[in-house]
Amino acid sequence: MNRRRLTLLTAPILALVLASCSGTTQGEDQGGGPGGDASADPNAEFETGLTYAMLPKSVNNPYFEASSAGAEAAANTLGGEFEYTGPSDASASSQVSYIDTLSQQATDVLLLSANDPNALCSSLEQARAGGTVVVTFDSDVDPGCRDLFVSQVDSDEVGLTLLEMAAEQIDATGEIAILSATANATNQNAWIDVMEAELASNPSYADMKLVDVVYGDDEDEKSFSETQGLLQAHPDLKAIISPTTVGIAAAARYLSGTEFKGQVALTGLGTPNQMREFVQDGTVTEFALWDPTALGELAAYTGAAAASGIITGAEGEVFTAGELGEFTVGADAVVTLGPPTRFNAENIDDFDF
Amino acid sequence: MTDTAKTGPRLREAARTLATWDAAIIAVTAGFLIVASVSVEHFGTARNAGYIVLDLAPILLLALTMTLIVTTGEIDLSVASTVGLTGAAMGAMWNGGMALEAIMPLAVLLGAALGAVNGLFVTGFGLPSLAVTIGTLALYRGLAYVVLGDTAVADWPRPFTGWTLGRIGESAVPNVLVPLVLLAVICGVLLHATPVGRSIYAAGANPVAASYAGIAVGRLKFWLYVASGAMAGLVGVLWTLRYSSARADNAAGLELTVIAVVLLGGVSIFGGKGALPGVLAAVVLLVSVQNALRLAHVSTEALTVVTGSLLIVAVLAPNALVALRTALRRRRPTANGRTA
Repeated sequence: MNRRRLTLLTAPILALVLASCSGTTQGEDQGGGPGGDASADPNAEFETGLTYAMLPKSVNNPYFEASSAGAEAAANTLGGEFEYTGPSDASASSQVSYIDTLSQQATDVLLLSANDPNALCSSLEQARAGGTVVVTFDSDVDPGCRDLFVSQVDSDEVGLTLLEMAAEQIDATGEIAILSATANATNQNAWIDVMEAELASNPSYADMKLVDVVYGDDEDEKSFSETQGLLQAHPDLKAIISPTTVGIAAAARYLSGTEFKGQVALTGLGTPNQMREFVQDGTVTEFALWDPTALGELAAYTGAAAASGIITGAEGEVFTAGELGEFTVGADAVVTLGPPTRFNAENIDDFDF
Repeated sequence: MTDTAKTGPRLREAARTLATWDAAIIAVTAGFLIVASVSVEHFGTARNAGYIVLDLAPILLLALTMTLIVTTGEIDLSVASTVGLTGAAMGAMWNGGMALEAIMPLAVLLGAALGAVNGLFVTGFGLPSLAVTIGTLALYRGLAYVVLGDTAVADWPRPFTGWTLGRIGESAVPNVLVPLVLLAVICGVLLHATPVGRSIYAAGANPVAASYAGIAVGRLKFWLYVASGAMAGLVGVLWTLRYSSARADNAAGLELTVIAVVLLGGVSIFGGKGALPGVLAAVVLLVSVQNALRLAHVSTEALTVVTGSLLIVAVLAPNALVALRTALRRRRPTANGRTA
């Protein structure tokens, strides 16, 4: 009995050892890259009757609602049909199901803000194989998995603006912390990298110290309690930077109800409608964002241009996005909207999104 | 079915109630599939069936072992966290340069070990499984973040990720259906046609009586937790390769869906009652309802409401059924005290 048990145990272990000698290891297999063998016709007209679907990270997020309004307006102008659909939780696996559904419905243009740069790739490949043009906006996937990416701004510019706003509010002295979205959020991590690099290299930020990065997962309650945790863990904290609309609103709500109001500076990326009351009551001095409505509009025009053969995603191609004007495709098939807008007590009432 | 006869009228009554619930849920599922195929565009295609199989695979696999555990009157809330932790461990081993052929069985073994920890606390120390597995739900998820941090491991080899999404040869049958059917048959036979299965029902119906009858209830439950952990390890492997992304938050929250389908399938949360065919039908029903609603352009909010309502019905209906039967029996007592 004992010997039999021993054999039972050793057999799989032996198999494992054997497998590890001759198996598949990291770095053996990689492939893919952006396609683009078709040629562009810059003088072609936008096709009418295209179907557009926007798939945000999650629905019920005011930021994506605004993008959707812009994309819908563009789709209507171009004589197409528009649908806004997506999961209620910001997870990659639930987005996959929605991509599968949309590719079955043979959507012409998919406008996607990705929850994970890699997990969506095989589904996107199938969608593209079926003729769907995949345009990512706001948050990109691996460049090999989509046709074009519409970037809100240059990553560097966002990171630098955020840091600059924080520095202005605390005289560039003291401890700062970051309240981000999910730990894997592509663009938040890029901006955090920029901020970390700038803090380390720019002498005017020498007296500022990044003490913590926490993740609110773009959930209101979690962001709220992470803010609370930050202030408890770092009593000398001078400023919080939250590069996410959900995070900054939750943090502002927490600060406005405590003795930290006006003592700890809060800045980041937020929508004017969410932040108006906190700017008025003095919790927040200044924050920034690009116009998500324009972003959605540009994404829809970009998708339409690609579906109509006006662009293919090659660097240097030019197209006109309605009233937004003329845009040029950059390296890696990226189209960039423009610099972020800063909002403060003086201009916040000029915006409604 | 001579054995059921020995265990007395109470069990037989339960079995009969369940047989109807099982049949009902299977009928509802079949009915839904037919209606949806006719009325929802793109639903009744081979391609869509493939997507449904891919979406239900992790839920179904976890529900198999969950059914066994819930039937003994226990619960395992840590399954989704075990999926996350085994996935994260896979990522760490892959980054460490190990071969995927070795990593995959190791991940399943790790899952089994994590399940053994649950089993030890529940049976060895006699702690309530609800408390223990809520603890390990948090603990295993936390460890996943310790192992992989905030990073994702995404460079999985094509042949493996392709297999999880692929189909058998030229047919429309997805590859993952093979392990799915195999494991479902194994668990079904184990529960419904072996002494182990009868012990599981006995342990759930009345653990004291079961141990007097010579059933090692503790040991049985311990091994069920090991099986549940190993299954979660397997799902961890499948999940990671399907989404080609090992992340600490993989499958977060999936345990609730799994428990929901087990209850929807007619398994009693108090143990002793339940059957696998109903659970399998419940998994198919839940996933295809979600799929059909998405295809029909139903908004996400409505989708969540429908899913939630389905689950409340699941918990209410079997109880209502039992209450109805009791009422009927009171009204029409037969000579030998049995219901018609």
